[in-house]
Amino acid sequence: MPETRQLSYGEAIYEATLQEMERDPSVFVYGLGVDDPKGHYGTTKDFHERFGPDRCFDTPLSEDTMTGLGVGAALMGMRPIHVHQRMDFLLLCMNQLINMAAKYHYVSAGQWSVPMVVRASIGRSWGQGPQHSQALQSMFAHVPGLKVVAPTTPYDAKGCFIEAIRDNNPVIFIEHRLLYANKGHVPEESYTVPFGKARVLKEGDDVTLVATTHMVVEALRAREQLKTIGIDAEVIDLVSLSPIDTETVSKSVNKTDALVVVDNGWENCGISAEVIAKVAELNPTNFPKFARMGFAPVTCPTTKVLENEFYPNSTSIAQKVNRLLNEDQGNSWNPVPMKATEIEAFKGPF
Amino acid sequence: MSPTSSNSGQYETLFEQMLTIRLVEEKVAVIYHTDAVKSPVHLSIGQEAPSVAVCAALEKNDMVIGTYRGHALYLAREGDLDAMVAELYGKSEGCGRGKAGSMHLGDKSIGMPHTSAIVATGMPNAIGVAFAQKFKKENAITACFIGDGAVDEGAVSESMNFAGLKKLPLLIIVENNQFAIHSPISTRMPRPNFVERAAAFNVAGASVMDNDLDSMLSTSQAAIDHVRSGQGPFLLEIATYRWKEHVGPGDDWALGYRTKEDASPWFENDPLKLCGERIAADRRLALESKVKEQITRAFDRAEKGTFPDPAEMWDNVYA
Repeated sequence: MPETRQLSYGEAIYEATLQEMERDPSVFVYGLGVDDPKGHYGTTKDFHERFGPDRCFDTPLSEDTMTGLGVGAALMGMRPIHVHQRMDFLLLCMNQLINMAAKYHYVSAGQWSVPMVVRASIGRSWGQGPQHSQALQSMFAHVPGLKVVAPTTPYDAKGCFIEAIRDNNPVIFIEHRLLYANKGHVPEESYTVPFGKARVLKEGDDVTLVATTHMVVEALRAREQLKTIGIDAEVIDLVSLSPIDTETVSKSVNKTDALVVVDNGWENCGISAEVIAKVAELNPTNFPKFARMGFAPVTCPTTKVLENEFYPNSTSIAQKVNRLLNEDQGNSWNPVPMKATEIEAFKGPF
Repeated sequence: MSPTSSNSGQYETLFEQMLTIRLVEEKVAVIYHTDAVKSPVHLSIGQEAPSVAVCAALEKNDMVIGTYRGHALYLAREGDLDAMVAELYGKSEGCGRGKAGSMHLGDKSIGMPHTSAIVATGMPNAIGVAFAQKFKKENAITACFIGDGAVDEGAVSESMNFAGLKKLPLLIIVENNQFAIHSPISTRMPRPNFVERAAAFNVAGASVMDNDLDSMLSTSQAAIDHVRSGQGPFLLEIATYRWKEHVGPGDDWALGYRTKEDASPWFENDPLKLCGERIAADRRLALESKVKEQITRAFDRAEKGTFPDPAEMWDNVYA
């Protein structure tokens, strides 16, 4: 099938939103700055003009209450999309997200539901620092009643977003800011990508390399580096974090017998822990050799030299895989670094 | 539902509602030591009138948001009595099939989302509900009940700000019983003027401080008319008094943060008692008999009800 229609990740989210807003009059978009000229990486750029201020509106700086607004509107059958420029700001919303949104359907034995989407951008870039780059997906994945997705490709961005809008549960939709400019094939028609399904992006026999969001980009680069020393990595993009598809990972591990999980977040109590635990549950007698990577267990520093140290990158991932498979090699292999154009290109401020 | 019959007819309806609430709560207090209700109860005894007065002026398609002290609102909104008691007993016949309990009563058929046990969290949801009503041009309003304690929370100020900004069809009822658990207003607020706070957000307001049912009825009606006419939100403060301890079936005079002397004017001017005195004695006796029978039946049904199957724990995590 010819893959000719190229959209960026940001354009894909815009298109998904536009198509759903046209299809379903109960969908509305709100949040800080959704109607400003930047339109949050272009993802909301002209909804207020197209659909009017009732369907796309800016809000006061009251993140918890504005989350509650979405919950209340969702109780009445509307489909709010609450946009946050940073996942760090979701920390102000925890009361409404976890105590209210996640609870209504269960506590009411199914009478009420909260079909709401919460968008949040995560991720490194240009010295975002301690409070502007946190990736807190495991906090939300921990809570029953919430769904959490973090697509990597433009195709998945559009499909997962339409799925999120139509899902009758509160969905935390995570977008890494270094992905917004990435282009990929995106069909023009409306389509959904179901949650709870991981993607095998590249097949390989030697190691199962699982990653989320921007770490998928790094993992794919690491795969290229590993090829140069004859290691064939199977790269899996989790896409969906809650529900999470560890069956696909387990099936791959049955072939490769080696597992490396690269989390776009802190290792401690992170998604990587969940993947490895679940794979262990599925393979109690033949658990593979494994390793995991994530952010350094420190607050994210701002200065570039330390920021580089904080994050896994394709080289450190490739070295980790090599050490796992070739225990005797220690740190002796230094692969040629791969160009990370999306990191170099990003100069903020958002 | 607005009663359309004569004044005495209205008082009979209001008396019956307040009496139902009072006697149900008293029965919960009596049986609580048997551990039939295995969860905390925040009784509405003494606070029946605000819910009943406001609900008297609401229409069927209006929405109500309550709190964990929500038995009065649930019943004032004509929630099913059997389903309420069954819920307290943790039975599958309850309005949450036992998953909710006393703190989270609700029922979609009466426009009452299941209440929250976290102070002030209902208010942001109320502005969302009101927003949806306005958006969908439903010609309906949302009545959100909070306590004086909730007014300390930022979410209440944030909610009033947004409601005032967007002129949402929201009635906020502050049931001011002077305490957040055992903390008096004087230790929490330097300037406890709720109507003034509302005005800062372009929210109209009024206070009913005399614990009089007629005052509550007429002021509620005026507030609801204001909101329904599209003039924007309204904050109605109603002074009231919690007779029992914050949580549980007993009295707590021994704790010393309140005295029976403070409480005595509230007991003497009990709106339930005074309302009863305004209807004919034979009618009152008939209503008392009817209510007692309904309550006995509700508790009896709850006793005989069925606990949910353990497999039900897995239901309704996701829609």
